[in-house]
Amino acid sequence: MCLAVPGRVVAWINRHPLFAMAEVEFEGLRRPCHMACVPEALLGQYVIVHAGVAISIVDEAAAHKTLQELRACGEDPAVEAGGVPVDGVGHFSPLPDPAR
Amino acid sequence: MKHLDEYRDPALARQLVDRIRRHASRRWTLMEVCGGQTHSLLRHGIDQELDGLVDLLHGPGCPVCVTPAEQIDQACRLAQLPGVVVTSFGDMLRVPGRHSSLLQARRAGGDVRLVYSPLDAVKLAQRHPDRVVVFLAVGFETTVPATALAVLQATELGLTNFRILTAHVRVLPAMEVIAGEPTSQVQAFLAAGHVCTVAGHQVYDSFCERHRLPVVVTGFEPVDLLEGIWECVRQLEAGESHVVNAYQRSVRETGNESGQRLIERVYSVADVSWRGLGTIPDGGYQLRPEFARCDARLLLQEAFAPSADEPTVCPAREVLLGRLRPPDCPHFGGSCTPETPLGAPMVSGEGCCAAHYRYARSALEPRETSTGDDCDVK
Amino acid sequence: MTSSETGESLWPSGACPLPRDSDGRQVTLAHGEGGRETRRLIENCIWKLLPRTRYSGQGGDAARLPRPDGALAFTTDSYVVTPLFFPGGDIGELAVYGTVNDLAVMGAVPLWLSLAFIVEEGFPMSDLEAILQSIAAAATRTEVEIVTGDTKVVPRGAADGIYLNTSGVGVFVEPIPPGPDQIQPGDMLVVSGPIGRHGLAILAARENLGFEPAPLSDCAPVTDLFRAVRSAGVQYRAARDATRGGVAAVCQEWARASRTTFCLRESALPLSDEVRGASELLGLDPLFLANEGNVTWAVPPKHLTELLRVLHGTDLGRQAAVIGEVRPHQSVSVVVAGRLGRERVLEEPSGVPLPRIC
Repeated sequence: MCLAVPGRVVAWINRHPLFAMAEVEFEGLRRPCHMACVPEALLGQYVIVHAGVAISIVDEAAAHKTLQELRACGEDPAVEAGGVPVDGVGHFSPLPDPAR
Repeated sequence: MKHLDEYRDPALARQLVDRIRRHASRRWTLMEVCGGQTHSLLRHGIDQELDGLVDLLHGPGCPVCVTPAEQIDQACRLAQLPGVVVTSFGDMLRVPGRHSSLLQARRAGGDVRLVYSPLDAVKLAQRHPDRVVVFLAVGFETTVPATALAVLQATELGLTNFRILTAHVRVLPAMEVIAGEPTSQVQAFLAAGHVCTVAGHQVYDSFCERHRLPVVVTGFEPVDLLEGIWECVRQLEAGESHVVNAYQRSVRETGNESGQRLIERVYSVADVSWRGLGTIPDGGYQLRPEFARCDARLLLQEAFAPSADEPTVCPAREVLLGRLRPPDCPHFGGSCTPETPLGAPMVSGEGCCAAHYRYARSALEPRETSTGDDCDVK
Repeated sequence: MTSSETGESLWPSGACPLPRDSDGRQVTLAHGEGGRETRRLIENCIWKLLPRTRYSGQGGDAARLPRPDGALAFTTDSYVVTPLFFPGGDIGELAVYGTVNDLAVMGAVPLWLSLAFIVEEGFPMSDLEAILQSIAAAATRTEVEIVTGDTKVVPRGAADGIYLNTSGVGVFVEPIPPGPDQIQPGDMLVVSGPIGRHGLAILAARENLGFEPAPLSDCAPVTDLFRAVRSAGVQYRAARDATRGGVAAVCQEWARASRTTFCLRESALPLSDEVRGASELLGLDPLFLANEGNVTWAVPPKHLTELLRVLHGTDLGRQAAVIGEVRPHQSVSVVVAGRLGRERVLEEPSGVPLPRIC
């Protein structure tokens, strides 16, 4: 696998394309993570970190939608939507920065 | 933790299990190709929960396990050279090569250190200009951007004392080998969520079309896994085969393009050997010629002589292809345990045999004895 | 004790009046050879920094101690931790608390300690002083007397800086807890606080994992917990400080000793934010991480409420929690009920937990 964990971007340290770094918080713990793969990440956004490198920005809208659909299915077992074919997958758009 | 805890909700998991139970008209055989998923499935008992509904075969999902013994031996030999520090991830240190593991090499006096990130190895090289720091780079596509970044940073910093021993592998070619086996029982694949986070999922389109198998990009938490399994079952019941992304919060269709560019700059695709599976065409990466000076094997020039694949009684290939279930192996739990592994799937905690050994021995609750032969639907 | 001959005015406070080697302030082989340097080290540095108590620094080859009122508890432990100074503690504190805690969890009141050093030639004298000061503070805090000791110096490379050994004598106080073999099905398992903190602190410091703030060790004496539990008259079957191998190792050992099966609940394990975060990030199981100020109890159900009430009233036990229960013997020793309710076998700890990427 690849153990990768979501953490919240709390401060940018460096914006150099190759040496980009930000402080990322995992529960009570902060660690500087390399941001070369997600230079567009904003403060307050969650990034998925693997081996010290952020490899994606969590799509909050997609996460919200997934959970909502799952919970809706629980309330009404008749609603059993199939999966979303790839062409239906929404693309990520940056979220407003809650830290500002 | 946000974006983790929500997907460990027992109520949501229960509801997905029920949904799978209601819809599965027969027993389906799925394969996950990610050690993290294997770990999570067994840890949370999802395999037991779905017993009789879905058979989960554990593919060659652990990059640590499939790292050729020869490369571990090389790393151990490097660690014995004066002035050389060998670094790698914690789980890599325990894995035995033919002669020893890196932890044993450390006990024998070698300078072996664990790092959380390849970039930490670069920092180490910066702090110790008098030593040569070698990073044993293992991992699937997920980890390659980190290694590539390390090589690029070291180059930019003018560090001549940072070297890489590359053992990175690519998942899709291994899936091709498995799906292409004439006796393959796999009816659908759970694609590895973090590999796809980097590589995207459009790369699976042609695979899916050619093999007519559902491919569902799946995350790692119980609810993620069950959602992926549910989507496989739904497609199988409907006679469909699409690529579906069930890990949308992390995976985009085209993956992480910045990460792919990093890989592209440093590495080219190559035929490489997988421990237990043999050589897989396009199954891994090699440093591009312009970074050849970073290759740690240069340090071993005279000592480096490729030798034949390890002799073993381990039917690793059968296991990794999903044709032999770990508990059915004659060596499992007897002569082959995590302490004395005979082959690839037992060597690291994420290997499918090791995971089985750890979790599946529980069987605390008496399982219903199935009346039919397990094999008749596979 | 001859240290009184060296008046405070001669030496700056806390400094050792020792011959310096070429680098200045380092321990040399001469310090371990039994001659003048050894005597000066012991008299003017070690005994000077350690608390002066009734039975300390008597001179001679053994301490002469009064006969205590009750059965004796006697224990020993060696300390080889790297790094020597870690966030939340150091090897000196560890060497006192570790041995004091071993006595306390057995149901004894710690009284006297021995203290032995094996020092590598070239070890900085300032580090030795810092360690001695920690030892002194820890001994004062736990009201134990260091009554005898030993110092050896080994050549460079023959040890990793400094090793300590402490042995401890305590006296049992009635009622003496019956011990792990008396644990019964139905007993409840309690921990005194968040688990895995020492193991994580050491791992993060040793491997330079770069966490901010650096995770702190829970290194602390557990004597107050036992004083409170004793004075409330709470009865328990067994108690243990879950050091190496973590809570997992204690449970494995107790389940075997009592021929029962322990069932832990994953969602009930108290975790600090740092341990929770690091366990996710590094793929570690907090059950296997070491503790140095955390007690695991097996308690009969009728004393559970009282035990928790007492623990919650102490500093160290504010976050005490029930983590599982004891069942009749099944095929395995310890199981963990996961968040989805399914149970898995808890393997026996093997080797130091290492971060993983897989």
